[in-house]
Amino acid sequence: MSFSVTHPSLRQKWIAGTLVILYALLTILPLLWIIATGFKSPSDAIAYPPKVVFDPTLEGYVNLFTTRTRMTPEALEEAGPPQTWYDQIVRQYDMVISGPSRYGERFLNSVIIGFGSTFLSVFLGTLAAYGFSRFKVPLKDDLMFFILSTRMMPPIAVAIPIFLMFRQLGLSDTHLGMILLYTAVNLSLSVWLLKGFIDEIPVEYEEAALIDGYTRFQAFYKVVLPQAATGIASTAIFCLIFSWNEYAFAVLLTSGTAQTAPPFIPTIIGVGKDWPAVAAGTTLFLVPVMVFTILLRKHLLRGITFGAVRK
Amino acid sequence: MTDETTVRDSATARAPHARGFRGLSDRMVGWTFIAPSIILLLAINIFPLIWTIRLSLTNYRANRTAAEVKSVGLRNYERILTDPDIWNAMQATAHFVFWTLFLQVLIGFTLAYLINKKFRGNDLWTTIIVLPMMLSPAVVGNFWTFLYQPQIGLFNYFVGFLTGADPSSFSMIGDTALAPWAIVIVDTWMWTPFVMLICLAGLRSIPESIYEAAECDRASKWRQFWTITIPMALPFLMLAVLFRGIENFKMFDLVVQLTGGGPGSITELTSINLKREAFEKWRTGYASAYAVILFVTVFGLASIYVKALNKVKER
Repeated sequence: MSFSVTHPSLRQKWIAGTLVILYALLTILPLLWIIATGFKSPSDAIAYPPKVVFDPTLEGYVNLFTTRTRMTPEALEEAGPPQTWYDQIVRQYDMVISGPSRYGERFLNSVIIGFGSTFLSVFLGTLAAYGFSRFKVPLKDDLMFFILSTRMMPPIAVAIPIFLMFRQLGLSDTHLGMILLYTAVNLSLSVWLLKGFIDEIPVEYEEAALIDGYTRFQAFYKVVLPQAATGIASTAIFCLIFSWNEYAFAVLLTSGTAQTAPPFIPTIIGVGKDWPAVAAGTTLFLVPVMVFTILLRKHLLRGITFGAVRK
Repeated sequence: MTDETTVRDSATARAPHARGFRGLSDRMVGWTFIAPSIILLLAINIFPLIWTIRLSLTNYRANRTAAEVKSVGLRNYERILTDPDIWNAMQATAHFVFWTLFLQVLIGFTLAYLINKKFRGNDLWTTIIVLPMMLSPAVVGNFWTFLYQPQIGLFNYFVGFLTGADPSSFSMIGDTALAPWAIVIVDTWMWTPFVMLICLAGLRSIPESIYEAAECDRASKWRQFWTITIPMALPFLMLAVLFRGIENFKMFDLVVQLTGGGPGSITELTSINLKREAFEKWRTGYASAYAVILFVTVFGLASIYVKALNKVKER
């Protein structure tokens, strides 16, 4: 059995490993390039041939978080010597920092809307999944399919009436509006994934609890919830990643107070073609997701295929 | 699947245990669990859909709320189906969907097959390959415009390095011949891992005993691959194609940031075209009809495909 498919030979493993690692290195190269560009000076960023070795600087990050104005030499003289390290960086270009940029706010919006909608969609999703899993619901299969089918709509197609509806209700460009919208979009995934997890918990546990005098709701949160905790956590991560990454609704329905980072980041570049600042903004936005993915790989990878294979 | 049904049956069969909660019947308790989700979906998905259908029969414009709204019957639909711009967008979408699916299935399946050889450290490398699909398509698409810059872009440099071409001699997103491929490349980079993961689940679901039996029958490796591996993994592969197909038919964020539909309208996929009609030209009624047509197309194609998929599964 030395050459069986189920037990590949050492040589086969070597070839397979080399090819996969080559692909992995190639696929991660653009991501490493984004991170590296964030630490380059503007001239290094557009150097030819592309610079792999460079003097790292925090210029991109300073430019990302501040707005700056150019000053005449006299005015600079008047302003006195630079007070802080970031002042110093900006002074090289005869500029002074005139205030914070919008990036911080946009990032915070992404956090608020992301976590808000994740909490809500997991909360509602767990309830619905439990209902579908344990009770005799009329038209169960139709309802489940209905929930799934809401995912087939192109976001732009539903965006028109949602835009009108939000305008009527005063929800345009508000955190609440975006949280409700993302919750609705995430709900189908959340119900389907969680139903799978809850189906796997033996009903006998709850029955024992009911016989012991628990009510249905007590049995639900004292017996089922702890058992489903892993499933709930991995569903939450999927919902969070979706809300974090979403762009189509965000760009159409928000412009100021509730704008999230994805529609904002492309505007950082401005007229000056400040690629290091864009790269810095992109890095700060993407790295949390990458770290999450690597740390929680077991649950995440299972979740992707699990959700898919169920349907 | 059988597990699921037994669990469900035993839950309902013993339902009487659950009775007696403040006089609520078991069915009512079930509904209280489900109702909030259904209500939210009705409010944010179904109600808007019905509204879209209603709007599609009018000449309403969202930027002129004072204007009189007239019913125009099916004229919007008629105009869309005879508009050459929209057929161009459909063609661009078809090109995009076909080539992304083709490449992602080819590369994704190959990678899954290789990873299934279970070499040391395969789960770490799998995670690294998966990274792009976890990221925000719009943000990543925006950054790829930098990688695609003539001369200074890393992609152009890389291609120049491999082929000897001058990196400043071509522009992936500025050239009408190359732009459709520029979006295919980035989408393939991003979503191949998804196909790979599903294929991997498929390959891992094949029982070892089948291969052992084939070994006993002295079937060649080649024959085993075509008569065992491919047919057994096919339902998974088809599922991956379904999901990617639906997603790429709706594609918006990545391509909008990458090319904005340009140059000209060569990469203007249907979603981008629709956004332009609805939110730049503000032809709300017309765009609603367009949205309905797109939705029906996705839904129709997906249903036909699911039927085919079920046939494959039955075999």
